Amino acid sequence: MNQETLIGLFISVIEFGTLLYLAALGETIAEKSGVLNLGVEGMMAMGGMTAFWVGVETGNPWMALLAAMIVAALFSMIHGVAAVVMGADQVVSGLALTILGLGLAAFLGEDLVSKRPEARFESVNLGPLSDIPWLGETLFSMSALSWLAVVLGVVAWLVLTRTRAGLALRAVGESAATADAAGTSVVKIRLIAVAIGGALAGASGAHLTLALAPGWSEGTTAGRGWIAVALVIFGAWQPGRVLVGSLLFGGLIALEPRLQTFGVEVSPILLSMLPYLLTIGVLILLSVRSRNRPSVAPAAIGIAYRREER
Amino acid sequence: MTSMRKALIALLTMIALIASACGGDDASDTKAAFVMVAPVGDAGWNFMHDQGRLGAAEAAGVETAFVENIPEGGAEFDNAVQNFIDEGYNVIFTTSFGYMDATETFAAANPDVRFEHISGFKMNDTNFGNSFGRMYQPRYIAGMAAGAATESNTIGYVAAFPIPEVIRGINAFALGVANTNPDAVVEVAWTSTWFDPGVEGNAAQALIDAGADVLTMHQDSTATGQAITDAGGTFIGYHSDMSEQVGAYLTAPVWDWTNRYADVIEEAKAGEFTPSAWWGGMADGVVDIAIPDSSPVSGEMDAVKQSILDGDFDVFDQGTIADQDGTVIIDNGQVQVELRDPFDDSVVVAGPGDEVHDGVLLTMNFFVENVVGSVSG
Repeated sequence: MNQETLIGLFISVIEFGTLLYLAALGETIAEKSGVLNLGVEGMMAMGGMTAFWVGVETGNPWMALLAAMIVAALFSMIHGVAAVVMGADQVVSGLALTILGLGLAAFLGEDLVSKRPEARFESVNLGPLSDIPWLGETLFSMSALSWLAVVLGVVAWLVLTRTRAGLALRAVGESAATADAAGTSVVKIRLIAVAIGGALAGASGAHLTLALAPGWSEGTTAGRGWIAVALVIFGAWQPGRVLVGSLLFGGLIALEPRLQTFGVEVSPILLSMLPYLLTIGVLILLSVRSRNRPSVAPAAIGIAYRREER
Repeated sequence: MTSMRKALIALLTMIALIASACGGDDASDTKAAFVMVAPVGDAGWNFMHDQGRLGAAEAAGVETAFVENIPEGGAEFDNAVQNFIDEGYNVIFTTSFGYMDATETFAAANPDVRFEHISGFKMNDTNFGNSFGRMYQPRYIAGMAAGAATESNTIGYVAAFPIPEVIRGINAFALGVANTNPDAVVEVAWTSTWFDPGVEGNAAQALIDAGADVLTMHQDSTATGQAITDAGGTFIGYHSDMSEQVGAYLTAPVWDWTNRYADVIEEAKAGEFTPSAWWGGMADGVVDIAIPDSSPVSGEMDAVKQSILDGDFDVFDQGTIADQDGTVIIDNGQVQVELRDPFDDSVVVAGPGDEVHDGVLLTMNFFVENVVGSVSG
C-alpha cells in the first residue's frame, strides 16, 4: 500500500459516495414528505440510460444530466399518481416502479450497449487548490457531479430545516391531516417531493453512466438504488447523516477489490454484504431507541392520505 | 384501485399482443431454438451465442429462434423450452451453466428433441450433450501480447469468481505473459460478479493504482476497458472484438459458435443424435484470438496459434509449471503432485507421473508462479 493506491481509494470512495448520496438524498426528501418510494433502482436505471443516450447524441454531459433528471422525475410521477393521488399502496407501487424502470431502461437502451461514451463528467481542476497534497488529488479533484451532490445536500438541509416550504414538507410527512387542516396542499407537496426524489435518482444514474462506469447496459445499476433506500434509514432521514452513510457505504464498495491488491484476505462476498448488515444494525438500534422516545422516521411515512378518512 | 388494475390488465394485454406478433411459424423439418440468460446485445457471452446462431442458421439452412433474458433455475426457462417444443423446434441449445439440470430433465421427457447445453458437464446417451471451448488457448496468446505491451511489468486481471474455468484462463494468460516477459506479474482482483460495471471498473482502477498498465478481464461488461483507456494503458478484451467500444483495445480471445452449432444442427437434420461432452479448441474454430498487427510480438503470437492449430502445443502440456510457492505442479506434461477436485476433496484427479488430461484442467485450483492474488477469492 503506497500513497498512490490510498489516493486511488479515496477517489473511488468519493465516486461511489456521490452515486449513493444523490439517490439517497432524493429518497430522503420524498420520505420526509411521507412517501416511501421503493422505485429508486428503476428511476436510477432510467436516468442512467437517458444520460448515456443524450451524451452519445449531443456529447454534452450537462445536457445529458438535465435530460436524465427530467426523465427520471417524469418517470417517478407514475408512483406519484398511483401512490399519492390515487392512494395506492406505496410499497407495491414503488416496487412496480423499480421493475418497470429496469425493464424499460433495458428495452430503450438496447442499441446503446455497443456505443462508446461521448460525454463524461471528469475531475474539476481547481488550480492551486488541486495542487495541495492529498486533499488536492482527492477532494479538490472531484467531478462536477460530486460538487453538485454536496451543494444539493446543503441546500436540502437548509430548505428542510430553515424555510417555510421545508416546514410544510415535514408537516405533511408527520401528519398529513393536520397539515391539510392548516391549509397545506398535501398532494401537491408530496408530488413535488417525489419528483425531486426522481430527479436526484436520475442524477445518480447519470453519475453512474457518465462518470463512474461510463457506458450503458442492462443491470448497470446493480442494486445501488436499494442501498440508497437503506441509507435513508441508516442516516435517520437527515441529509448530513445520509452523507456520512453514503461515504461509509461507498467506502465499503470501493474497498472490495482494493483490499485484495493490498494483500488483505477478506471475502469480497462478505464485504458486499456489509452495507445491508449495517443497515439492519441501525434499524435495530433505532427501534430500541424509539421505545421511550419519538421515532426519527416521519410519522406518516407509507400512509396514503385521503381527506375525511382515518 | 380498480382503475389501477384495469390499467395493469391493459398493459399486460398489450405486452402479450406484441410478444405474440413476434412469433412466426414455418413447417420445415429441423428448427433450432436458443435460450439465453441475458440480452444478446451485450457484446459479451450472449452476443457471441447469438452470432453463432445466425451463422449456423445460414450454414445449415434451418430456421432458428431465440429467447433472451431467461433466468437460471426458474419457471421462465421451463416455459420457454416447452413453448419451443410445442412450436416444433427439435434442436434446443441452452447457453448458460445454470440451465444444466433443467435441460437434463427436458431431454429425458422429450426423446425426439436434441438438446445441447453450453458450459456444463452433464449429458445422456440419446439426446442430450454438452459443448464448451478451450478458451485457455487464445488466453495464452493474449498473455503473450500483454507481456510485450507492459512497461510497468504489472498486468491486471479483473476476474469474476474463483472457479476452475476462470483460474485456468488466468493461468494460461500468465504462462503466455511469461513467454514474452519473464519479469512481469499478473495481478488478480476478484469481483464476485459476472456483470456489474461499477464494481468491474472499480476493480480495474484498483489494479491501475497498484501499478498495472495492461488490463484484461473475465467479466461481461467493458468497464475494465473504459478504466484502462482513461489511464492511458492497454486493454485486452474477452468474448468479442471490443475495438468498437474500447479505445485502448489491443486484442481479445473470442468465441465463435457458428461451426459447433451448425454441426449439431446438421447431425440432428441427418437424424443422428450422438451426444457428447464436446470441448473444442482453436482448431475447431470455437475459440480464436484477434492477432493485432500493432503488437511487437504478433509474429510469435501467430506462430503459437499455428502450433496450437497443428496440435503441437496445448498450453498446459509442456514446460515447467510451478504454483505460487514455487512447487512444480506439471513438468513436461507430467503431473508432479497429487491434485484433488476442489468441489470434492476426496476425489484425486491426478497423481505424480500422470499425464495432464482434461480432468486436470477442468478442476484447476492453483495459480501459476507469476500470478499475484489469492486463488480462494
